[in-house]
Amino acid sequence: MADVNTGDDGGGGKHKGKVRAKKSSTRIDMTPMVDLAFLLLTFFMLTTTFNKPKAMEINMPIKDKTVDPPKIPGKQTLTLLLSDKNRIYWYIGADDPNLPPAVEYTNFSANGIRKLLIEKNTEINSTFSRVEKLKEDFKKGQIDEKKYKEESIKVKAEKKALIVLIKADDSSTYKNLVDILDEMSICNIGRYAIVDITASEIEMIKNVVVQ
Amino acid sequence: MPRSSPALDMTPMVDLAFLLVTFFMLTTQFRADEPVIVDPPSSVSETIVPDIDLMQIIIDDKGKVFFNIDGKEKRASVLRKMAEKYGVNFTDNEIYRFSIMTSFGMPMKYMKQFLGKDQATQKLFYNDLEKRGEKGIPADSLNNELSDWVLNARYSNPKYRVAIKGDGAAKYPVVKQVIETLQRNKVNKFNFVTNLEVAQ
Repeated sequence: MADVNTGDDGGGGKHKGKVRAKKSSTRIDMTPMVDLAFLLLTFFMLTTTFNKPKAMEINMPIKDKTVDPPKIPGKQTLTLLLSDKNRIYWYIGADDPNLPPAVEYTNFSANGIRKLLIEKNTEINSTFSRVEKLKEDFKKGQIDEKKYKEESIKVKAEKKALIVLIKADDSSTYKNLVDILDEMSICNIGRYAIVDITASEIEMIKNVVVQ
Repeated sequence: MPRSSPALDMTPMVDLAFLLVTFFMLTTQFRADEPVIVDPPSSVSETIVPDIDLMQIIIDDKGKVFFNIDGKEKRASVLRKMAEKYGVNFTDNEIYRFSIMTSFGMPMKYMKQFLGKDQATQKLFYNDLEKRGEKGIPADSLNNELSDWVLNARYSNPKYRVAIKGDGAAKYPVVKQVIETLQRNKVNKFNFVTNLEVAQ
């Protein structure tokens, strides 16, 4: 590999008269440099991380004790209770002690909570399908990004749209919370809030028969 | 048949190698040595976490809370304010050490002892704290040092954006406590740091 004198120089002996200085080859042995280059390449390839962490934005309501929390209409409210073993207990309507709501449970799969949310979100104000249509129009290039964002926010924030209350109990994990917030954005739900769980709801979870 | 020389022209290969080296050198970002490794849950959110003016609250899988802010001068000024509040005297060297390190998680009373150690023994110090159950910044309602850190950080730089980076296995009560602490300090807008996931 280190063979460099391959040219036809060094034939000075045949010339008569002046003795010329021996012309050395312009080729250099590049092996060490290549070694180094590949070493560095390997190092940087192994240390590089490409996917930057992403963030989801959370806006909490301002805590103000002088203002009563707004009354939420019962029929369009879906309450999700996050509990242990990755279970989500849910009921529609208000937690009325005289008329306790029927509580069911589901899980975090696409057939579980996502199906439920899409179903409810379509049933109550057809928000899901309308936002999906906007999304499609945007992808086809029929509307620009600004319009798409404005319109979808408008549709999501309609007064009649589904309201989701997320209540996590002490046995649920941070992953459950992030997952459920993620489902909110997948299912085009714009009106949701993270609320503290009440004592009666903890009772509800206990009373649900788990098969 | 004449034997061809075994030496071959390596120039194109070298060109390519250096091109790649340059590319990786320029795109690489070195991650600092964190005292805790967390595995954040994934989401479909595509917002990127900002690099500057970031206040990070890290929750590990055991529910211990760590804190990190960027900016050397800002870190130093936050530590000075905390020292005043908790009646600890730091030397200039200790403040400098604090300003160049990354996230940390310990009660304020151990901070001076911690900053007196070099990097290798700092790890041992964390192990020691963990054994005594005192690792992490106290964030409960009785003793909420996290609240003071957040408050003083916001004093020194009101532009700080808050990001909560939690391990997926962290229990909800800790997360709730951190959120409540933030809300008490009038931080109602914050981020959850997640990994990118492709929606099914």
